Amino acid sequence: MTTTTDAHTQTARWTKKDLLGLRELSAEEIRLILHTAGSFREISLRPIKKVPALRGKTVVNLFFEPSTRTRTSFELAAKRLSADIVNISPQGSSLSKGETVLDTVRNLEALKVDVLVIRHAAAGVPHLIARRAAASVINAGDGAHEHPTQALLDLFTIQEKKGRLEGLNVSIIGDIAHSRVARSNIWGLTKLGARVTVCGPPTLLPAQVDQLGVAVTHELESAIRGADVLMLLRIQHERQEAMLVPSLREFRLRYGITHGRLSLAKPDILIMHPGPVNRGVEIDSDVADGPFSVILDQVTNGLAVRMAVLYLVSGAPKVDEEEA
Amino acid sequence: MAKVLIKGGHVVDPASGRDGRSDILIDRGKIAAVQPSIPANGAKPLDATGKLVVPGLIDLHTHLREPGREDKETVETGCAAALRGGFTTICAMPNTTPAIDHRGVVDLIHQEGRRCGSVSVRVVGAITRGRLGKELTDFGELFDAGCVALSDDGDAVSDGFLMRRALEYAKVFNRPLIQHAEDPQLAAGGVMHEGLVSTTLGLRGIPSEAESVLVARDIALAELTGGWIHFAHLSSEGSVELIRQAKRRGLRVTCEVTPHHLSLTHEAVGEFDTSAKVNPPLRTEQDRLALIEGLRDGTIDCIATDHAPHTDWEKEADFDSAPFGISGLETALGVCVTTLVEPGLLTWSQLIGKLSMNPVKIVGGDGGTLSVGAAADIAVIDPTATWTVDPKQFISKGRHSPFAGRTLAGVVVKVLRHGVEVGP
Ligand SMILES: [Zn+2]
Repeated sequence: MTTTTDAHTQTARWTKKDLLGLRELSAEEIRLILHTAGSFREISLRPIKKVPALRGKTVVNLFFEPSTRTRTSFELAAKRLSADIVNISPQGSSLSKGETVLDTVRNLEALKVDVLVIRHAAAGVPHLIARRAAASVINAGDGAHEHPTQALLDLFTIQEKKGRLEGLNVSIIGDIAHSRVARSNIWGLTKLGARVTVCGPPTLLPAQVDQLGVAVTHELESAIRGADVLMLLRIQHERQEAMLVPSLREFRLRYGITHGRLSLAKPDILIMHPGPVNRGVEIDSDVADGPFSVILDQVTNGLAVRMAVLYLVSGAPKVDEEEA
Repeated sequence: MAKVLIKGGHVVDPASGRDGRSDILIDRGKIAAVQPSIPANGAKPLDATGKLVVPGLIDLHTHLREPGREDKETVETGCAAALRGGFTTICAMPNTTPAIDHRGVVDLIHQEGRRCGSVSVRVVGAITRGRLGKELTDFGELFDAGCVALSDDGDAVSDGFLMRRALEYAKVFNRPLIQHAEDPQLAAGGVMHEGLVSTTLGLRGIPSEAESVLVARDIALAELTGGWIHFAHLSSEGSVELIRQAKRRGLRVTCEVTPHHLSLTHEAVGEFDTSAKVNPPLRTEQDRLALIEGLRDGTIDCIATDHAPHTDWEKEADFDSAPFGISGLETALGVCVTTLVEPGLLTWSQLIGKLSMNPVKIVGGDGGTLSVGAAADIAVIDPTATWTVDPKQFISKGRHSPFAGRTLAGVVVKVLRHGVEVGP
């Protein structure tokens, strides 16, 4: 344990009540989460995959927008830390209104919960709640704004596979405009020294994206050439209806990752996708399941990263102390 | 009615070109004399030493929410807020429920305004029935009932054919049509300015061009018809430039800008602050500077508040769900003084022109000047006093302001309507 990365994390301390996004985190704070996730990664490899770190704490998964994957990952993470966890998925359109969001939260606060994990279709809902709630808030995806734990698990996976993040070329491809995963990854990757290129048709790139410190291209070939990592995004069927792409077929022809296009890539390229994958649209099946794909590693690492985040925001004692 | 003598103040009256120390004598609700020194002779004295004495301010763009949403504001609470802001005339916008699209609603608002008594409440009727953008309202009935202008504000009149007919027909009455210039397709789903901040926050943007394309179209229609178009709450550099050119060509085009567009940019949204959610959205620094330049060179005629109060529970929601609009009457003067007069961008006389003399040119009626014979609608302002904005202390039911916590210069110390002290 003498690398420079570890030297940083020795001094960094987690002081934030909430994890709302990566934009507001320092490089040190991001490294601290990744380092902590490293410790928890080992726990998942043990025969008994449970530690008492969050015993007595209550975590609520409050998912206003359905997401089986992320919810399950948080649930399992909380359970492996011995926290009590409750899943709440408010139904019905009236609950998409902010007013009712706050009512729901007030009720949960009365039950003295410790951590609220929030997923909502509207950007900023976790911020709205965090401003009012005594409980820690973890953003599990808000509209097109941020999905910090997804980006953290992506960073963790790249670091695990490549041994570093600094100096790597990462291309994020597809619907950048509507992607919270893209935004969180842009902040995280650039803070840790990776070079980010975003690639997609102009209709799927948000206004002035170049001012976020990324390179921009509309040509898939140039995004693949020289890249160490290709990060693909799920394209939603509604984009076609909003005239953002003429058709999903056209999107695949110009921006889909096919076996043939990988001939342009570096031999040790990593292919990542936050899931769920639209096979045959943004990525062909043989590539998604092929040797360069780390999609399942992302899922595995998601658990460790979410354990780390739950642990840090809960203000629990250090892992080492707990074990001692 | 007793005579009143305002003594020792600095009179700023752009309509008469007066800008200096003067006494003002008021007799039977009208201004009887304006001279350097007037003897009291039994008139009730009102000491204005060290203060500015200006025509009561006139707001072209006030959402009073009555009828229909009296939980957000009423004519009564809106008038009280107006007085505190130094306004003696406000123009009620027609996006009520029901819309102000027939005489009954116009009469109701006039009646409520008279009942409150302190502020002259004037009414802007709708251009189309129900503000649905399909059929014209009965313009003649609305103007006969006392409407000062027509507008579908809250929404644009987006149908070009209908707007052409409206501009043509309104010529009979020599009154303006007020356009809320926003292309509904280009703005669809947007909640803030489309730019770096919307990209960072992942919020749907409204491009500046959603405004300027309709400004360009309506200027062309004003040229075609010879009608009078007034653009509400301008927000973008492109629109200012189009109007500048239209005025050069001699077209009958007028416009207004809000204090918040003159003082804030999209950065004010910060971390999803719904107190900065307004329509049109706050835009870039370049747009803000272009709006100030437009005010300075006369392209922009008036400053109007777009006072748009909402309840706490509506504004304290996520950014997408929260309604557009902020409470503006009580902060308008302070924001303008702090943003425009203190840095030397406008003189007091120019500012008061934008807030009283020019609005009267748009909506007609009395007020807007302190010349002899005019109605004695007057605001007395302490130009150097400062105050800190606390929306919880607003008289308006709308308690949301992007200026919360800011210290502003310029305090309204007295308001007279028809020579009677009514506020603040
Ligand atoms: Zn409007």
